[in-house]
Amino acid sequence: MPASREVVFVDGVRTPFGKSGPKGLYAETRADDLVVRVIRELMRRNPGLPPERVDEVAIAATTQIGDQGLTIGRSAAVLAGLPKSVPGYAIDRMCAGAMTAVTTVAGGISFGAYDVAIAGGVEHMGRHPMGEGVDPNPRFLSEQLVDGSALVMGMTAENLHDRYPSITKERADAFAVASQEKAAKAYADGRIQRDLVPMATRKAAEGWGLATVDEPPRPGTTMEGLRDLRTPFRAHGRVTAGNASGINDGATGCIVAAEDVAREFGLTPRMRLVSYAFAGVDPEVMGIGPIPSTERALRLAGLSIGDIGLIEINEAYAVQVLAFLEHFGIADDDPRVNPYGGAIAFGHPLASSGVRLMTHLSREFAERPDVRYGITTMCVGMGMGGTVIWENLA
Amino acid sequence: MSTIETCTALLEGKNADEVVTKALVRDVELPYGAGTMALITLDNGLDHTKPNTFGPHGLLALNDALDAIAARSDLAAVGVVGKPFIFAVGADLKGAAAVSSREEALAIGRLGHHVFRRLGELDVPSFAFVNGAAMGGGLEIALHCTYRTVSSGVPAIALPECFLGLVPGWGGTQLLPRLIGPEKALKLIIENPLSQNRMIKGRDAYALGIADAMFEPADFIEESLRWAAQVLRGEVAVERADHTAEDWAPVIDQARTLVDLKLRGASPAPYRALDLMALARTASRDEGFAAEDEALAGLLMSDELRAGLYAFDLVQRRAKRPAGAPDKSLARPVTKVGVVGAGLMASQLALLFARRLEVPVVLTDLDQARLDKGVGYVHAEVDKLLGKGRISADQANRLKGLVTGSLTKDAFADADFVIEAVFEDLAVKQKVFAEVEEVVSETCVLATNTSSLSVTDMASGLRHPERVVGFHFFNPVAVLPLLEIVRGAATDDATLATAFAVGKTLKKSCVLVKDAPAFVVNRLLTRFMGEVTAAADEGTPLEVADHALDSLGLPMTPFALLQLVGPAVALHVAETMHAAFPDRFGVAENLAKLVAAGKPGLYGPDFQIDPEVRTLFEGGSSPSTGEEVRLRALRALAQEIRLMLDEGVVAAPQDIDLCMILGAGWPFHTGGITPYLDRTGISEEVTGSRFLEPGVASVLA
Repeated sequence: MPASREVVFVDGVRTPFGKSGPKGLYAETRADDLVVRVIRELMRRNPGLPPERVDEVAIAATTQIGDQGLTIGRSAAVLAGLPKSVPGYAIDRMCAGAMTAVTTVAGGISFGAYDVAIAGGVEHMGRHPMGEGVDPNPRFLSEQLVDGSALVMGMTAENLHDRYPSITKERADAFAVASQEKAAKAYADGRIQRDLVPMATRKAAEGWGLATVDEPPRPGTTMEGLRDLRTPFRAHGRVTAGNASGINDGATGCIVAAEDVAREFGLTPRMRLVSYAFAGVDPEVMGIGPIPSTERALRLAGLSIGDIGLIEINEAYAVQVLAFLEHFGIADDDPRVNPYGGAIAFGHPLASSGVRLMTHLSREFAERPDVRYGITTMCVGMGMGGTVIWENLA
Repeated sequence: MSTIETCTALLEGKNADEVVTKALVRDVELPYGAGTMALITLDNGLDHTKPNTFGPHGLLALNDALDAIAARSDLAAVGVVGKPFIFAVGADLKGAAAVSSREEALAIGRLGHHVFRRLGELDVPSFAFVNGAAMGGGLEIALHCTYRTVSSGVPAIALPECFLGLVPGWGGTQLLPRLIGPEKALKLIIENPLSQNRMIKGRDAYALGIADAMFEPADFIEESLRWAAQVLRGEVAVERADHTAEDWAPVIDQARTLVDLKLRGASPAPYRALDLMALARTASRDEGFAAEDEALAGLLMSDELRAGLYAFDLVQRRAKRPAGAPDKSLARPVTKVGVVGAGLMASQLALLFARRLEVPVVLTDLDQARLDKGVGYVHAEVDKLLGKGRISADQANRLKGLVTGSLTKDAFADADFVIEAVFEDLAVKQKVFAEVEEVVSETCVLATNTSSLSVTDMASGLRHPERVVGFHFFNPVAVLPLLEIVRGAATDDATLATAFAVGKTLKKSCVLVKDAPAFVVNRLLTRFMGEVTAAADEGTPLEVADHALDSLGLPMTPFALLQLVGPAVALHVAETMHAAFPDRFGVAENLAKLVAAGKPGLYGPDFQIDPEVRTLFEGGSSPSTGEEVRLRALRALAQEIRLMLDEGVVAAPQDIDLCMILGAGWPFHTGGITPYLDRTGISEEVTGSRFLEPGVASVLA
């Protein structure tokens, strides 16, 4: 058994993301069906990979009940028609679920336990609203283990504005407008569609439809349009629906493999895993999580932020991206950051987003063979951050 | 007036309670920039247990949707898809059974054509995505489209019209043979409907060329839409053979011969379907569809169809809710079954109980060799099922483990249901039940598979006669769906409820019958056969007697049936019935001679009358014509049915018909038998009245 092997990202796809709620794309579509579609598309796009050689299916979901329960990695593998010999499991690190699915199977590949795995995530926040069925231990508050605002993500974003007084609402709005603009351009250039798998959407009263593009983006968003939006988490606050990601439904998945096995099957590795790290922070300012996780990942890789040519950072809130950029001395509009736009435009179906970041980074790498390293990073509820450093194979 | 206005006017106020299948239209942006498809979802708003059907309102709803689509210029294509698990299963049969005039019947055909054919005549290509069951008019919708995809998970695709007494006349007879050639089309239009209404699966439909592409059910809609986009962009070419160049006549003539062998002209529908198919090679769409309209109008107003719809309803509904069955909640659980005897019938029963109830089944016999043979038979049958892939190796192990043999009846101690299948002799059966009663619990059901003995008599000597019930199967046990459940004089409701529950789990259609000699099917078959054999005794030529009833289209002639049953068994039953009703049931002299001669029947191995048998039957001096034999047999049936109803053998004529359809395989176009006796006037002539009110299984004039 090889002690350590190179791990590569081969291919990533996702369903178009939808807005949650009764009018949303996926109002009457099951979460597990979204995952099934992603798995089948990955297999279809990579015909060299024999289905029985998939050694693991790791699927993340934050709320693991109903159609996101039943050990969704295994149940989706069966529903997708993978051989019954292919195992699967469910994984949860809230927003970093899919990212953790990738790092976990990558660890297994590196150790030699697997050759090839499918990793991804799903969140149907319409069917499973954030916090559905949670039962927080009363000790959190009675012993002041966390602040009362820690479990309401929008409040943690307001708290982050407090910690970084220099990050104003205007800066957050400007970042949001830019995210929408970049996303619109990426769409116009056909950068996004190639990794979307069309998803059938049936509504009893309307019949069958087909989702082919993301529903959340709002091209043409302006500063004026954002200025007067409500600040639901704090009166006269700074966090609005305009400078935050939305409440969304969607699923992602990718093929992760040992580099030698990928080449044996004729698959084209797009990027090589260099290092990864997760870190904990105070839950009431969970948005700063990517800072310590990135520092740790850089240290493990023997790299500095200056070596990183592309950054895919999840835009749960504009303020959380800006805090990261401010910490590392990167300009708000640095072209290395989210070149295709981010979650403010595309949406953030919690546990699925990690693989969207990786898919975008892999495509950006292909356009920038001059860039050697990039990162995918995101903040996580309950005060965490996660970062994966990748090497460009284009 | 236009077709649509005429039809609307004619059908106004009809089908007030039609469950309308809606045509929901949504724009779909196709992948690869292939443009916009208007996707029509057919959905009646109910779940998959209530499939989409088309009555006039549903057709008009689809027409409205197509009006809106035809008015647009921004579309690249039109699609049609069903609701989950169901595409559409054809015409609304309830409405068809209520059509009251030829004009109305004609309007139904015309309206269907008017709407469906638009799918093939739009300015843009149309695609049918057959995601679930597609039958009759449902499949015809798909046939009208330019292209079709089918899901590999579709369990049922069929054109069942000829089975009921109709033709696939909303385009099916014209479009299908041109699409896949006449030979393959015959399979769907004629052969399958006349073979117990067999259905094909999605994979078969693709293999036959009915669909241009097939996708797996997991993402059937998405992949179908992707394929449609590729077709529209010219990236996928759909190639179809031209079948119109060859001569279709030989194929269709051959089919006509086969239909004749089966039906002997008894049901008009398959013949009309063949005529229409013959036309399809050269007829224009207008001519072909108009011919279909005419055929439909004629058939919709025929008594054969009404009898077929009546029979279909009996099998679909009445068979599932047996008349007179006690409350289900009274049934006791059955966790172990005993079978007395280890002969062929006993072994077949053991296999059936083990497969369906999945509980231990013990066979008993006094003879170890017979016991080993009986258990061995079951194990061998299980291996056959395994070999055919019908069950898994684990299931095979389980079934073999369930079926065991015992030389003593104490193995029945913990059984909840014991059935006897020993020699057909009252004293023997009474003794068997008395022995069983010594070991079983007080509530264990004792069932008898007797075909003609009295269940009441069988129970009479027992401490608990209330637990005895008749459980009469038909041979072959695994195939024939009927189970006559016989209530003896003492049988209590809990026993009866348990018998019905077991029958249902065995997947049999149960009919409650009174404890009367030979119950329903055997009584009627014996009476009927008795008249034919008597005619032969009297000197009617054997061929004339045997073919006298051909015009009914029964599954086999009387003497073929005699051969299947075996003359000895037939003689035994005839004697039993003669003892019960000496006035009406005779014992044919020549039948006894046949048994004495050890002949297997009247026919030799070459399917010709055995010359020695012919000699046996010689000597009669008052031969009848075929017509005389026919009338004699039918009159006897009418008389016997009336007596049975008067005696309360079953609850209603419907139960007689259900028994004859499911237990004797009598055809749908005779509605079992009472609709046929009614429409030929024999019921009234013999018994003074009809069995069924006009309109129940006939056209209400």
